[in-house]
Amino acid sequence: MNKSIRKYFPLFVLPTLIAFVMGFVVPFILGIYLSFCEFTTVTDAKFVGFKNYIKVFQDKSFLHALGFTVAFTIASVITINVFAFAVAVLLTKGFKGTNAFRTIFFMPNLIGGIVLGYIWQIILNGVLARFGVTLQYDAKYGFIGLLILMNWQQIGYMMIIYIAGIQNVPSDVIEAASIDGANSWQTLKDVTIPMVMPSITICTFLTVTNGFKLFDQNMALTAGGPSHQSEMLALNIFATFYGKMGYEGGGQAKAVIFFILVAIIALFQLRATRSKEVQQ
Amino acid sequence: MAKKVARIGEDEVTKNGWIYTVIFTIVSIIFVSPIFIVFMNSFKQKSFINLQPFSLPTSETYVKWENYTRGIQQIGFFDAFKNSLIITVLSVLLIVLCTSMCAWYISRVESKPASALYYLFAFSMIIPFQMVMFTLSKVADMLRLTTPIGIVLVYLGFGAGLAVFMFVGFVKGIPLEVEEAAIIDGCNPIQTYFLVVLPILKPTCITVSILQTMWIWNDYLLPYLVLDITEYKTIPIAIQYLKGGYGSVDWGAMMAMLVLAVIPIIIFYAACQKYIIKGVVAGAVKG
Repeated sequence: MNKSIRKYFPLFVLPTLIAFVMGFVVPFILGIYLSFCEFTTVTDAKFVGFKNYIKVFQDKSFLHALGFTVAFTIASVITINVFAFAVAVLLTKGFKGTNAFRTIFFMPNLIGGIVLGYIWQIILNGVLARFGVTLQYDAKYGFIGLLILMNWQQIGYMMIIYIAGIQNVPSDVIEAASIDGANSWQTLKDVTIPMVMPSITICTFLTVTNGFKLFDQNMALTAGGPSHQSEMLALNIFATFYGKMGYEGGGQAKAVIFFILVAIIALFQLRATRSKEVQQ
Repeated sequence: MAKKVARIGEDEVTKNGWIYTVIFTIVSIIFVSPIFIVFMNSFKQKSFINLQPFSLPTSETYVKWENYTRGIQQIGFFDAFKNSLIITVLSVLLIVLCTSMCAWYISRVESKPASALYYLFAFSMIIPFQMVMFTLSKVADMLRLTTPIGIVLVYLGFGAGLAVFMFVGFVKGIPLEVEEAAIIDGCNPIQTYFLVVLPILKPTCITVSILQTMWIWNDYLLPYLVLDITEYKTIPIAIQYLKGGYGSVDWGAMMAMLVLAVIPIIIFYAACQKYIIKGVVAGAVKG
């Protein structure tokens, strides 16, 4: 069977492979090469060694964006997961309307980042207007605004994963705990939470990557304002590339650093999920 | 004893059930209120939106469909909708067809190049778009892929990683006997694939379609950089375009266009809610 399939390589693999080479492999390799070059377009690249990387680490806006991104990621991971888990616990208690509530909470997840950004811009600016400020007045308003937006978008998604995890906990374990005299808080803390650890791992990493790679929402809500103060890494890279001429090399070097950071997070994720699999 | 405890538990839930229902009803209303606020504002005169976004339209501020007609004209909403629809539907169909075939080949042909290819696809999943955005847009430009049809190939290339990864995960679970039986019955690999394998893959096809639809329909940066945007806009590009440079935003048109952007999503969600939630969970667990 193996051999008979092999002949069909051009039909089965080639279309995907060609698109993949063109849409990923070539841009990726070219991207790494260009991060060591000075260029304005692909054809006029001049090799300059590590010059771009040195410039990146002297770029205050990049380091600020890195700090803002890390702070935002931590804040969003904690808030989203705590809220999503709490809602999931309540919605698995079995009362009227739980399915409808799940459907409603999940819905914002389908709306794109640009649309979400403008929906929340009008609402948050409406609230802030009472205090005489706007979202772009200070980076802290942008930070909190983005946090509210991301919570609204992602709580439903994480809630669905937590609900699936909670429903997998065998009911006799819960019953055994209550026979042993555990109250509902103790059951949650000592039985449910340890049993849904795989879901917690998945949701934590999903929220970490979503926070770290955030772009659309950031651009639509504050566009990085005031003066790049609420700019996250992805937006900072975009602004370097397309905001000012002659900084393309720096932009590409930033993109490579960004890629390495994301890859490190992904490696941690792989190790964490692997070790969980062994335990089960 | 055990029975009694279990019954007490049940009584508790039913006794307090209506309180939970009431609390969650209120929370749900607050939760969806942003959409209603945008809807409400889409009927107000633009100068009143920024000042009083939370007040209902009055006889003084109500403008009927004016924001809609103006917004549709300004950004060419229906063209953008058409482009978004063409790009999303064609890309998703092509991704599902090509990557499922590719994944089946990779799983069934046990060779070093095949498994190397698999790891390359898996590796591509973790690459943030910013890493390749500049070079990808230049490559697409050189190959003249700057149209709604051309960009479909870019989506196949950039979306292949996740799709192949998910299909391989599923194909590995299909017992070989079924396919061997088909081969013995005289099927060639093409017939085997389309008559035997593809029907078994249907649930994964749905999951992959849902995940890719959500990504491509809402994607902003890739089409913004790849498409010739003076000619072709998608909905997210058209909405961002409404904001323009640093000038003042026409919030009336913006509210109306946000409503028009959200309506297709709500219809899609209402129609395939069950598949969407299942697909998202399956995708999250695998990805």
